[in-house]
Parts: sequence; C-alpha cells; structure tokens
Amino acid sequence: MFKLDTDELNKESNQNQENNQIKQIIEMSMKAFNGQPVVLLPILHELQNTMGYISETVITLLAEALNLSRADVYGVVSFYHDFRHTTPGKYIVHLCRAESCQAMGMNVLEQFTKQTLDIDYHQTTEDGMFSLEPVYCLGNCACSPSVKISNQVYSDMNPHKMKQLLDSLRVKTNRVDVL
Amino acid sequence: MSISIYIPRDTTANARGADDIALLIEQSAERFDLNIKVIRNSSRGLYWLEPLVEVDTEAGRIAFGPVTEKDVSELFEQQFYMGQISHKLCLGLTEEIPFLKKQQRLTFARAGITEPLNLDDYLSHDGFKGLKKALSMNCQTIVDEVKGSGLRGRGGAAFPTGIKWQTVLDSSAEQKYVVCNADEGDSGTFSDRMILEGDPFVLIEGMCIAGIAVGATQGYIYIRSEYPLACDIFTQAIQTARQAGYLGSSICGTSHSFDIHVRVGAGAYICGEETSLLESLEGKRGMVRVKPPLPALSGLFGEPTVVNNVISLASVPVILDKGADYYEHYGQGRSRGTLPFQLAGNIKQSGLVELSFGHTLRELLEIFGQGTRTGKAIRAVQVGGPLGAYLPESLWDLPLDYELFSEAGAVLGHGGIVVFDDSINMTEMARYAMEFCALESCGKCTPCRIGSVRGVELIDKLLDSEQQDEREEHLNLLDELCDTMEEGSLCAMGGMTPFPVRSIFKYFAQDLDKS
Ligand SMILES: Cc1cc2nc3c(=O)[nH]c(=O)nc-3n(C[C@H](O)[C@H](O)[C@H](O)COP(=O)(O)O)c2cc1C
Ligand code: SF4
Ligand code: FES
Repeated sequence: MFKLDTDELNKESNQNQENNQIKQIIEMSMKAFNGQPVVLLPILHELQNTMGYISETVITLLAEALNLSRADVYGVVSFYHDFRHTTPGKYIVHLCRAESCQAMGMNVLEQFTKQTLDIDYHQTTEDGMFSLEPVYCLGNCACSPSVKISNQVYSDMNPHKMKQLLDSLRVKTNRVDVL
Repeated sequence: MSISIYIPRDTTANARGADDIALLIEQSAERFDLNIKVIRNSSRGLYWLEPLVEVDTEAGRIAFGPVTEKDVSELFEQQFYMGQISHKLCLGLTEEIPFLKKQQRLTFARAGITEPLNLDDYLSHDGFKGLKKALSMNCQTIVDEVKGSGLRGRGGAAFPTGIKWQTVLDSSAEQKYVVCNADEGDSGTFSDRMILEGDPFVLIEGMCIAGIAVGATQGYIYIRSEYPLACDIFTQAIQTARQAGYLGSSICGTSHSFDIHVRVGAGAYICGEETSLLESLEGKRGMVRVKPPLPALSGLFGEPTVVNNVISLASVPVILDKGADYYEHYGQGRSRGTLPFQLAGNIKQSGLVELSFGHTLRELLEIFGQGTRTGKAIRAVQVGGPLGAYLPESLWDLPLDYELFSEAGAVLGHGGIVVFDDSINMTEMARYAMEFCALESCGKCTPCRIGSVRGVELIDKLLDSEQQDEREEHLNLLDELCDTMEEGSLCAMGGMTPFPVRSIFKYFAQDLDKS
C-alpha cells in the first residue's frame, strides 16, 4: 500500500518535470522567432527533437501557449509525416521508397529489412533499438538505393550492407550500455 | 608550401565515405610528416566517382576516384599528393573529364571548386558581383534584366521569373516577401541540395537581388527536413553573410535591407506546391490554396510574395553579373539558358549535368550517362519527377525544351531523370504513381484524394485478373478515372498523376501480361 503511494508520487513528479521541460522548450522556441510571426512548425520540430515524439501532453501545452484549440494543433501534427505519435526506437531507419531507389532494387532491400527487424513501417522493434519509416527521396538518387539513419545517409545499399550496418549499430549500443 | 587536397563535403559524397577518407588522408599526412592541407570543397556532381579526391598542381587539379579507405595507403605510397598520376584511380585533370568538360556550367560555375562556407573563396570566384551590380540599378532595370534573360521557373511550372517579379514590384504593400522553395521533393533530383550544401552564398545573393528588385525586406527559405546537412550549411552561410554585411539592415552599406529566415519542412511532398508551402510557412496544415489570388499579390501572411525555386534564384547572380544577353544566348526556342539535369536511378555515370536547352535525352543517357549501372538495356526513363511521364526509346531524340516536351505529353520539370533497366515491371510503377498521390494528397479535392486510392485498387485488380474482357473493363475505368483526376483537381498533384500512369499504359502496355 505504502509502496504504491510512492510510485504514484514519483509518477506525478516525473509528469511535472516533463511538463516543465515542454513548457521551457516552447518558451525558448517562441523567443527564437525574434520578431517574426510565431508559427507552429518550428516549435513542433524543436519539441520532437528533444522529446522524441509529439505526445498528448505536448499538444495540450502547445495549444495553451499559442492560444489555439487542441484540435488546431492536432490537425497540424497529423498532416505532416515527420511527426511521431509514439516513442521512437534508438535508431530510426528511413528507407527511400521513391522511383530512383526503386530502379536500383529498393523493393528487395525493403523486404529484407522488414524481415530482419521483424517489423513493418511505422513500427519499432521489441528491444526498442530500431524504428522503420519510409521516406520519399533523400536527394541521394545518383547513388541509389538510399537509407538514412539519424542524420547520416547511406548510398548504394543492398541487403548485405544493411545487415552489417544494423549489426554495427547494435554492437555500438551494447558497448555504450556496458560502459 | 603546403599541398592542397580537396575532398567534398556533400550528402552523397559523405554517403560514399568522403568524411572517412578526409580523416584518413589527414592522419596519413601527419604520420608521414607531410605538409598537406585538406579542404572540404563542394561536389563537382560527378557522383559515380565520389569520393573524388583532387590534388592541386601547377597544371590544375588532378582527380582520383572513387577512393575507398583501402586505397589510401597505396595512394600515399605512389605519392599522389605530388600529382603523380601512376595510381589506377587517377582520372587526370579534373576539368578534362569528359562528363564535366562537355557541360555548360553557369549556375553551377563554382561546383567542386570552392569551399562552401568560405566567403573569401566565394568572393574571389565572382561572388556577389551580381548583387553589387543590382545595388547600382533601380528596381525596374533589375526586373527587366531578369525578363531579358528568358529565365523561367526551374521548380517545375517554368513560369517566366521576370514577369512574376514585375507583379510583386507593381503591387504596393508595407511588407513584401521573397520565399525560396527548397522543398525539392521529386525523386531523381538533387540540384537544389547541391546549391544549398555546395554554394550557399549564390542563393543568398539571388534572394537578396530578388528582395531589392521587388522591394521585399524579408526572405524565407523552406528547406525539406530530409536534407539535414543542407539545413546546417545554409544556416551557417546566412550567419556569415549577415556578419559580412551582405544581409541585414544595410546591405553592403547601402540603404537596402534584407534578411533570410530558415524554415524546415516536415516530410510532406505537397508542401513543394507554392501555396501549400506558404500555408506550411504560416505554420498550418499544407492545404493547397485556390488561385487566384496569386501568391505574387497575396502570398505569405497575405502579402505580395515572390516564390521561386532554388535554381531559379541561384541563376540570377550570373544573369546580373554577365548580363541578360549572356544567359539568353544559351538554349533554344522559348527555353533559354541552361538547366541542371540530374542523372539518377540505374545509370552508370550518375550526377549533375548542366546543359543549355536543346540537347537530347539520348545524349544525356548515352554520352553522359554511358548506359545503365547494371549493364542491361535502358527500358524506361522518367523525366520531371513523380508527376512526369515515362519515356520509351522512341522519344529520346526529342530536344530538351519546355514546349516540345509538353507537346509530347511529357515534362522537364526540375530536370530529374530516373533511368530503369529492363528488369522493371512498369505496371508496378503505375501503381506506385497512384499510391504516392494517395499518400501525399493534401486532401482538398475528391478526384485527387479518393481517385488516387481507387487508382491503386484498379491497378491491383488489373494485375489480378486473368480474363481479357475483365481487364478491358478495368482499363477503361482507369482511363475515365485519369480523365476525372486531370480535369477535376485543383493542383498538379492530382492533375498530373495520370501523366506517368497513362504513359505506362501507352508505351509499356506489354508489362500488363508479365505479372
Ligand atoms: C505537387 C507539386 C510539388 C511541387 N514541388 C516543388 C518543389 O519541390 N520545389 C519547387 O521549387 N517547386 C515545386 N513545385 C512548383 C511550385 O508550385 C512553384 O511553381 C515553384 O516553386 C515556383 O518557383 P519557380 O517559378 O522558380 O519554379 C511543385 C508543384 C506541385 C504541384
Ligand atoms: S489536387 Fe490533390 S494535392 Fe492538389 S489541391 Fe487537390 S487534393 Fe490537394
Ligand atoms: S529517390 Fe531515393 S534518394 Fe532520391
């Protein structure tokens, strides 16, 4: 009984902390407009960069800060493919599905990646390591097929290279975890 | 005397290992105690050769590529840094590489030559000469110069840039805007990215000239989020330009003021359409606006706004510097100047080819591209992005010209060229065109929003059905659907998705039986 209460308290203080963090980010990004009209998109990017995704709380607090309805904010968030509604994996694997990459065998690579990670697009592996997302052109079409993980683009990809890349990211993470 | 070695800093060069090679060369130079200076230049756009390492010599730069990590020690053994040409990766003088030598580089004059964020480098390669000229001219003469050059929008619609500027100049408002469209969403295109990453000051210069010409003091650039390196480099370039007085409240000490703000997209293809882009800049859903009013009269925040593509704006400095005639002299018919074509997909020599209008697709594919990367025959070529037609060999001799392409039911668009070999099933590509439209439609009109979903379903049925009469029925229905989309859509997203689809049923109908 007593234990349950501390859990509840912890949860509440965590929530408060998170709310404060969100409010801080909103305040900072509003200042960054520097006299230019304040608009939603850059603030949403800032929030997703730090929080990993756009949560219900983010939507509520953002609506309050900008004097908009929650529906207004939700409408914008849902329009753009970039904004996530769930926690991402440690690495987001973006596979380019556009024509140039298809011309160089993305369909095979796509199947392989889905099988290897055992997830479909917009899902995250059970260990929380990888999320899989489609992307439509990375401007790397001269060396298709293209994959992007974090801010790094990889060119001329094939299943073999993909396996090596995923393995190396796993090893890297495990090493950091041990340290 | 130190030796200068150039290794590009560019998304594709990096994707092929340029960062690692640069580090390895620096480390090796240190180990052998050599006085080598590694310079991270922009890419020449000879992408199949990246990472392209260049050594500065008295005769000019000597190129080696594509360099992999395991080549580096051998390159040092053979003293490549002294300009020794014995190594198997040596390509001779960079400027003599046929792919580059045959080009007409006006907008991309500095590609691969300068260091993107080095302002002095930019200045010593004709940088800000166009702006200096513009500052000595009045608004109308600047606009006239752009009109006289024959420059048309390079974002896709090919509308004359000077006429657009005139409309904004003639409108009166407290605040006008210049908006640069850097959403570059078309598959097979990367020329905007190359400017943003490789020659950011030329775009700043172009936007500045546009601002002065039409009387706008604020500029926005909308860069797609898929281009993180471009966002970084361009943001830094703005700061440098501001510090040096090329942006801000007193440009080059004159009474003109102009500044640029960077906004990042959020993964929506439709936001490349200019009115959707303006909505997005205002922080809203990227719903396409009904025209009129034109953005030139009522654009960003309802004010008169010039919306131009990166390449359109980056072509303005050379026009101002060398004169309208110089630019207009290139090209044919009503297609004046040059277009940076981008060779992508299954092509052996991929990359940027800036050429005057009037050359043919065949030249690009065979002389520049040298056929497919897989070594098989080229089967189809999609020109002008996801809304462009797929062209069979019978159309490759058509001159690259806006009007001639349009007459053939094709588009040049932003100059992207995606090559497919004969392993492709074209019916799958028709399905993808509809699927892409369904994914990216802004949802404002029914023919586009619902029609594209029905299009995918119809093509699936077509792929599944065995009976001839059933197929005919699906095909007829698809044809009607395409009519509805073409006629009933507000913008080119829904209105042109039928282009690739119809081109496939027209030229590659045999693929229907393959499945
Ligand atoms: C669906 C769609 C997507 C577009 N995407 C882009 C784009 O990514 N970049 C661009 O410059 N223009 C794009 N355009 C064209 C713009 O609407 C507009 O014509 C252009 O930005 C005007 O600049 P310009 O005259 O310099 O070409 C697109 C148009 C449509 C209909
Ligand atoms: S055609 Fe499609 S993308 Fe264009 S306005 Fe209509 S629904 Fe939106
Ligand atoms: S189509 Fe995949 S990078 Fe452009």
